[in-house]
Amino acid sequence: MATDATARELRVRATEPRRASAGLWSDAVWRIRHDTTTMVALTILLLLVLLALGADALATGFFHRSFAQQDILSSYEKPSFDEPWRWLGTDELGRSQVVRLLYGGRVSLFIGAFGAFTAFVIGLAAGITAGYYRGPWDDLVVWVVTTLNSIPILYLLLIIGVLWRLEPLPFAILLGGLGWLGICNFARGQTIALREREYVLAARTVGCSAARLMARHIAPNILPLMIVLAMIEVGQLILLESAISFIGFGIQPPTPSWGNMLTNASQYLGKAPYLIYPPGIAVFITVLCLYLIGDGLRDALDPRLRGSIGVRR
Amino acid sequence: MGRFVARRLVQAIPTFFGVLVLTFLLSRLSPSDPVQLMLAGNTEVTSEDREGLRRALGLDQPLPVQFFVWVWQLAHLDFGQSIYYHRPALQLILERIPNSLQISLAALVVTVAVGVPLGVVAALRRGRAEDHFIRVFSVAGHAIPQFWLGLIFVLTLAVQLRWFPIGSMNAVGVDCGLCWDRFVHLLGPVLVISIAGIANLPRILRTEVLEVISQDYVRTARSKGLGEPMVVAVHVLRNALIPVVTSFGTILLVFFSGSLIIERVFNWPGLGRLTFEAAVSKDYPVVQASVVISSVLLILSYLLRDIAYAWVDPRIKVR
Repeated sequence: MATDATARELRVRATEPRRASAGLWSDAVWRIRHDTTTMVALTILLLLVLLALGADALATGFFHRSFAQQDILSSYEKPSFDEPWRWLGTDELGRSQVVRLLYGGRVSLFIGAFGAFTAFVIGLAAGITAGYYRGPWDDLVVWVVTTLNSIPILYLLLIIGVLWRLEPLPFAILLGGLGWLGICNFARGQTIALREREYVLAARTVGCSAARLMARHIAPNILPLMIVLAMIEVGQLILLESAISFIGFGIQPPTPSWGNMLTNASQYLGKAPYLIYPPGIAVFITVLCLYLIGDGLRDALDPRLRGSIGVRR
Repeated sequence: MGRFVARRLVQAIPTFFGVLVLTFLLSRLSPSDPVQLMLAGNTEVTSEDREGLRRALGLDQPLPVQFFVWVWQLAHLDFGQSIYYHRPALQLILERIPNSLQISLAALVVTVAVGVPLGVVAALRRGRAEDHFIRVFSVAGHAIPQFWLGLIFVLTLAVQLRWFPIGSMNAVGVDCGLCWDRFVHLLGPVLVISIAGIANLPRILRTEVLEVISQDYVRTARSKGLGEPMVVAVHVLRNALIPVVTSFGTILLVFFSGSLIIERVFNWPGLGRLTFEAAVSKDYPVVQASVVISSVLLILSYLLRDIAYAWVDPRIKVR
């Protein structure tokens, strides 16, 4: 199957001089550094992260506006290049949209990253142990996964949103606590296949404990794919956060997130249509970069998957 | 086949039980007391009245008892009364389901009608411009926030250009189910909601088509002189489509969750908007009922998907 990825790989091989043999991770780094799409996506994402991290410094030092600072006299101003804080215009309270976008990015990126990390930890732990021990524990894990998969996630978040008003950190943990299903399914499936392999049997015959078998012999073999899935999860959680905040049950104002900025924008569609573009484009670019990095990582990390594309869940 | 269906039905029972337990626990874990919610703002209530109401609602019973009482009510299709509408929650939901199904089914048709050809083209023209274009479109379709796309649609095509209505199911004064007016109103939400499916389907189909096309029976079909369109349509596509059936589960999930947001963006009076409005007005019985009912619908559609899968690929039944 001559796909574009393998073709690309062959092209890279042909132009590069012979390399010394490399381990999995250094080989992956080498491959990513020679993959233009992934490098561009990585650069843009890094830039976005830096902007979000530096939101405080930029707001005080460059824009001279805080994200909550109101200025009723200059409400509904169209984007203009007069002063930096007017670059993306102002909303109904005269708050600077560019500053709010920076802070919103901080919230959205934090929720995506921390949520995906939570999902990664829960999914990996539950998936590997379920696949390794089988029996009642496996049944329990599978039951929880199918149950959570059978409730439309936005409905579930809506229920929780009615009952509790959540801050970004608990919200991220909640999203992670609902987002581990895909990672768990993959980890479990892979573990079931790997535990029958000879090398695992060999490790068992020399007296390895179950914990050691899982941590040292099974986990490293499924980790690459899990990292790719976690990367894609970050993107999906950012999308989910923006959706649930958009309908008003996620991050609550005045804390800006890209989702609740869009709620605001949708209420003033007629009066200030320019408000609708920046947060949406920000979500789109961030998630796009994350997916592209996920694709690139998959190509770089797993030689068996090279060439198969996409977010398959 | 009968045994397979029966087994899958039995397997759905614990899942359904889990959904019930979770929905129930979430309502009981709530920091707000239901009695407080019902009596909100009423200052002339004595503590005896509170106790009386608590007993009348069965809230003084232990949790497991409350759970079984609730399940017993559900078994009699009693989902409680809406606090806001003062009508049975089930009735409210049943009125809205057809509206939501219109969007979902139309979106499914659009997804298949556009996604399948795109997937086949991507595989047959792999490595060329068409393939790259479809791939870029796929990734972008996954990354774009659906509701934002909906907002842009409303802003540009409806508010600014006035080509489409801004929302709802029919123009004011028009009341029809199957007519041009409804079609125009459906177009926006259906297009926006199918984007996710259209992004997903070609990726899966492309891999499958590439797999099937290198099989011996495809070579046999070609060597016996069959034209290429015939080979693709009959020998390749029929086999490549089998795994695509399973992807409908994901697509359905996306439709169900997506409808909640899209119905809000397009002001479509479906299940999603009802749930959203109930959530805003803290009409808890309606939210709870619509979560249970949409989960049941989802479990049923997973079941249908598995049956369809077993029907097109008899090897599945053995497992």
